[in-house]
Amino acid sequence: MIATSDWLWELDGWIVAAGVLCAVASSLVGNFLVLRRSSLLGDAISHAVLPGLAVAFLITGSRQSLPMFIGAVIVGILTAALTQGIRDSGKIDEGASMGVVFTTLFALGLVLIVRAADRVDLDPGCVLYGAIELTPLDTVPVGSLEVPRVVITLGVVSIINLAFVVVFFKELRLTSFDPALADAIGFRSQRLHYLLMTLVAVTAVASFESVGNILVVAMFVVPAATARLLTDRLGVMVGLSAVLAAAAAVIGHWSAITVPRWFGYTSTTTAGMMAVASGGLLVLAIVIGPRQGVLPRLYRRWRLAGMILRDDLLALLFRSQERRSESAPTAGLIRQALPVNRWRLRLALWNESRAGRIESVDGGYRLTPVGRLRASSLVRAHRLWEQYLVDRAGVTVDRIHQHAERFEHFADRDLRDQLERETEFPSSDPHGSPIPSEENRDNPSSG
Amino acid sequence: MSDLPLSISGLTVAYQRKPVLWDIDIDIPPGSLVGVIGPNGAGKSTLLRACLGLIPVAAGEVRFFGQSYRQVDSRVAYVPQRESVDWDFPINAIDVVTMGLYRQIGWCRPVRKRHRETAREALQQVGLGELADRQINQLSGGQQQRVFLARALVQRADLYLMDEPLAAVDAATEQAIVGTLRSLRDAGKTAIVIHHDLPTVREYFDRVVLLNVRLLASGPVEEAFTDENLQQTYGGRLTLLDRATEAIARREIRT
Repeated sequence: MIATSDWLWELDGWIVAAGVLCAVASSLVGNFLVLRRSSLLGDAISHAVLPGLAVAFLITGSRQSLPMFIGAVIVGILTAALTQGIRDSGKIDEGASMGVVFTTLFALGLVLIVRAADRVDLDPGCVLYGAIELTPLDTVPVGSLEVPRVVITLGVVSIINLAFVVVFFKELRLTSFDPALADAIGFRSQRLHYLLMTLVAVTAVASFESVGNILVVAMFVVPAATARLLTDRLGVMVGLSAVLAAAAAVIGHWSAITVPRWFGYTSTTTAGMMAVASGGLLVLAIVIGPRQGVLPRLYRRWRLAGMILRDDLLALLFRSQERRSESAPTAGLIRQALPVNRWRLRLALWNESRAGRIESVDGGYRLTPVGRLRASSLVRAHRLWEQYLVDRAGVTVDRIHQHAERFEHFADRDLRDQLERETEFPSSDPHGSPIPSEENRDNPSSG
Repeated sequence: MSDLPLSISGLTVAYQRKPVLWDIDIDIPPGSLVGVIGPNGAGKSTLLRACLGLIPVAAGEVRFFGQSYRQVDSRVAYVPQRESVDWDFPINAIDVVTMGLYRQIGWCRPVRKRHRETAREALQQVGLGELADRQINQLSGGQQQRVFLARALVQRADLYLMDEPLAAVDAATEQAIVGTLRSLRDAGKTAIVIHHDLPTVREYFDRVVLLNVRLLASGPVEEAFTDENLQQTYGGRLTLLDRATEAIARREIRT
């Protein structure tokens, strides 16, 4: 719940706007970092821009935005180039060369900034963590509205990144998937690579002062990685990552205000919380993502196990009736034959009774005509499989049962007919049990 | 001379001063299926990549149809090794095949319906019509290789350079690919194929290039694919050349 008394639209609205714009701008280009397996390059570039900021400041002596911006972007691109250069020069892999370049540049930046900070207010802490909470204080009039400068900058960067991804979508897909083909057919992958790196650097620098380093680094990688878990389509992935990034920004700011209060603290850093929120969304996607999520997978496995159990139950009753045993098997007897706990069996019995496939008589269970129809095709599949395994696959008779037990659940009418043809229309299986004939659904013969 | 699909003269490629390919001369006549044969590390992939300008060349000249690659690149199709790309990439089969048309579509122009139709036809041609919308990591190795072949086919090139298209594929894929190669040749096209399986060379190819850093033989199968040439190809490198280059490398480290 939003504590409305703490939420001031003229303040929090702008803070959230800055966060959302930064998150969306970063995630758009971040998709292609993730897909090119160079996620860390985003991290490296956003740290390495520091000396660029410092040098531009030392040269011009002012905190004017433009020179610092350009200086930082140049160093950012240099990071990508140096990384590649060191990797190509010898036996240093990409990860290590990235680590070498960005830590060196970052350290150099810190040294320079401390030097510069002696003279003017360039605060290393502010550069690291950003000051997104101060967003609403520095405004520029746009029409009748006072819009924070940060929001304008990040808005422009977001539009540039969006345009880049839309206009070069085809080229980005090609060069990310198969750079060799791209080069061979005249789409220079290096050119696009450096264009991408330039935008990564621009995004990092634009976000640097306002929202801090942590947020950009997280937003380059986390929303794209999350989106990748949820879709197999590149276009959907890019769109989804932007939506997830924006959601993380909103959730993050709200939690920064609200969550610490639950524990009796005052609000915490918004940028940090936004990054935490994006991590939370990733965890959520891992746990409940519809395709690869842990819970949906467990659920699907549980349902399959249930289906197999119900099939086994029907087949068991069918065989019992086939042997013309006097009494219908009770739940206890069934449980001796099927290795399953009491509750699952009870659920399966209830399910099948409700579906009208079994009925209870004198404390035991037996098949209804409908149930018999299904059971006979299962047993038919089982015995045809056994015949097939002996005839065609050369499996010995003592081992066929366990295989057939598994295959019987995955044999529809078509497959059963095919099995029958391949085994030349047998009347009994290798154990000598009769193979039930295919029963007509319109005219179920009752047992 | 000028109509030769591929003419290589004096091609040398070095990696940190160590030659990977050394003074290669090859002429490929049109309408032939050429197998490139040689042991691992012989520079087979490097040969194709160097011809296409994907890696820097130390010396030599490569002409396609008498011109430089960039002048005639639309007449040449390249099939990289299957392992060279990430098959977990979020993309389906038809989108991969459409990539073969990107040059024709041009920078920043969108892929249109007719392009996708062309791609679909190519997939049908290699027997994957029903798998067009399948995510590529759900395809078997052989099917992935056929997707790559379809991507080359849509380029309607006159010369095809293929890096191990028959490596680790199922029998059905091998037959499909070989059949496609033959129909390309019958249409007067040329294919240069890196191949690793010696017993099938005579059956599949008209010409061979035997390579092991230097060129051992290049010509019609019956002339060039001899036991003697094979022995030379697989029997070891030119050891004196190796020693010379190692001496150069050592000298460079010391100074």
